Amino acid sequence: MFGRTSPGVLCGLDPVRYTLAGMKILVCIKQVPQKDAPLRLNEKGTWIRDDASWETNEPDAYALEEALRQKEKHGGEVAVVTAGPARAAQVLREALAKGADRAIHLEDDRFAQLDAANTARALAAAIEGENFDLIVTGLQSDDFGAAQTGVLLAEILGIPHATIIIGIEKTDTGLRLKRELEAGHYQYIEMPMPALLTIQSGINKLRYATLIGIRQAKTKPLRKVSWADVEGRLSKHMQRIERLYVPGSQKTTRRIEAPAAEAAKQVVDYLKNEAHVV
Amino acid sequence: MADTILVVAEQREGRLNRVSFETIAAAQSIAKQTGWTVEAVLPGSGIQALAQELAGKALAKVCALDAPALAAYTSDAYVFALRAFLADRQPKLVLFPHTYQVRDFAPRLALALDRTLISDATGYKYENGALLFTRQMFQGKFTADVSFGGDAPWMAAIQIGAFRGDQAESGSAPVETVTAAVAESAPRVIPHEVFQEAKEAVDLSQAEVIIAVGRGIREQKNMALAENLAAVLGGELGASRPICDNGWLPLDRQIGSSGQTVAPKLYIGMGVSGAIQHIVGIKGARTIIAINKDPEAPIFEVADVAVVGDLFQVVPALTEEIKKAKAGA
Repeated sequence: MFGRTSPGVLCGLDPVRYTLAGMKILVCIKQVPQKDAPLRLNEKGTWIRDDASWETNEPDAYALEEALRQKEKHGGEVAVVTAGPARAAQVLREALAKGADRAIHLEDDRFAQLDAANTARALAAAIEGENFDLIVTGLQSDDFGAAQTGVLLAEILGIPHATIIIGIEKTDTGLRLKRELEAGHYQYIEMPMPALLTIQSGINKLRYATLIGIRQAKTKPLRKVSWADVEGRLSKHMQRIERLYVPGSQKTTRRIEAPAAEAAKQVVDYLKNEAHVV
Repeated sequence: MADTILVVAEQREGRLNRVSFETIAAAQSIAKQTGWTVEAVLPGSGIQALAQELAGKALAKVCALDAPALAAYTSDAYVFALRAFLADRQPKLVLFPHTYQVRDFAPRLALALDRTLISDATGYKYENGALLFTRQMFQGKFTADVSFGGDAPWMAAIQIGAFRGDQAESGSAPVETVTAAVAESAPRVIPHEVFQEAKEAVDLSQAEVIIAVGRGIREQKNMALAENLAAVLGGELGASRPICDNGWLPLDRQIGSSGQTVAPKLYIGMGVSGAIQHIVGIKGARTIIAINKDPEAPIFEVADVAVVGDLFQVVPALTEEIKKAKAGA
């Protein structure tokens, strides 16, 4: 297992294993509300109602695509894992249809609202003893947007990580990666495996599932992990959402809801007479 | 000992990241309400001059956390050095700017100290002695007030643009040089030079009018709608990230945290929902017009004019109307 073994020992052994068996890759994915779907708050104002439409978190989809491409290049295996209610099995089925080999579902309603640290602890517990060479996940989720779960999983597993990756190249000793920095800057970095990477959207072009893929997905292994299986590994939540609310407008906003021609006239009036830009 | 707010400032290649001053402004604002003291720490190597620059703000102290191992950023070295420093100083609250670098190391630092980080906070509330941070969730559709459950040090990263750096109060602080703790083992990540892909062909930061295209445009062929509107206004085309990811516009026209920061007289967003990463790039725009079919699109919160409607109808009508207005003028 990863544990707290010195990473030097692991990377000293691993290149041999990669050439023999390819890379063993885990992709952490999350089911989030669809981007355009209207969301409503629950009665207590602490979370959204569950009757939304759902999809795979977009950066996670890019992480999956990258994992599949690495496997196609170097051989090996791609496993996908998610933590969420029964409905979250859908994102695993889609990943299997696109080419992942097997799936792990931490299935319980309570996983939906775990903070990043406890999500990472639960994931670490669920993959104990698996020895993945590479773990990839999206750089952040479209729901919490904390951008922490992947980094924290690396800390718990005691392996190195790198964030906001837009290029992956396997080398003899590990990985050569292109990291995105702010404002159009980039940096190449190198690191040994096992490693965890958070992936930026746009690193590749996403594939669609094929009909054959969808059919094959039904026969691929899906392992379920219950709340009880990992509960002992969780800590108390150190941050808590006290309330969730619709943000107030930061400006005095003029709202125009009119047929297109009329709306256009009103906008031009504003641009001429108030903004003075036309 | 007085309760301290510690700002972790950021530098790269001999220059302070200006967003450090935004975080100082946030800390000073919190200090006014809580009565706590504000200090700053700057990790790096040979950074005394930069620490002096920070010391021009109203701070109780600036620490230059110095070691050759911190010359080029690695998460391993930063976590190791700051972990020892925080354990030694025991601040009540640690504030970071929510930069790419902070995203890379701060969660790990928090967990190594058995603490938690509230990331990408847009503001704070001090209610009945409790400090809450506000942050956006669900792509900006909701705001959350988040509290800390455990003991100090509490840690939060402040969203770029949430506070104004030029409003950080000036002062004169003593600078203390602290030799940073360095691990015996080398960092596992080897960093190479920071570079820019190519000189940016378009400098959107200087554009007076920007037409920004978002996911709502749906297909590449519809980009013509934006081109026509940009043509009648003499504006530049910009986009949110997904449009550039799709290759419908080159990467140098991307606006937001990973792209350009703009400050035009007029920004028109068509089919841009207003994810945080885009909004931080347009906060400097004088007039923001947003066209979106979703009446709850987060971009409407920062817009001067919110047009709720189908961009495929509104944009051509608007293009015609502007043509008429220009001809008449």
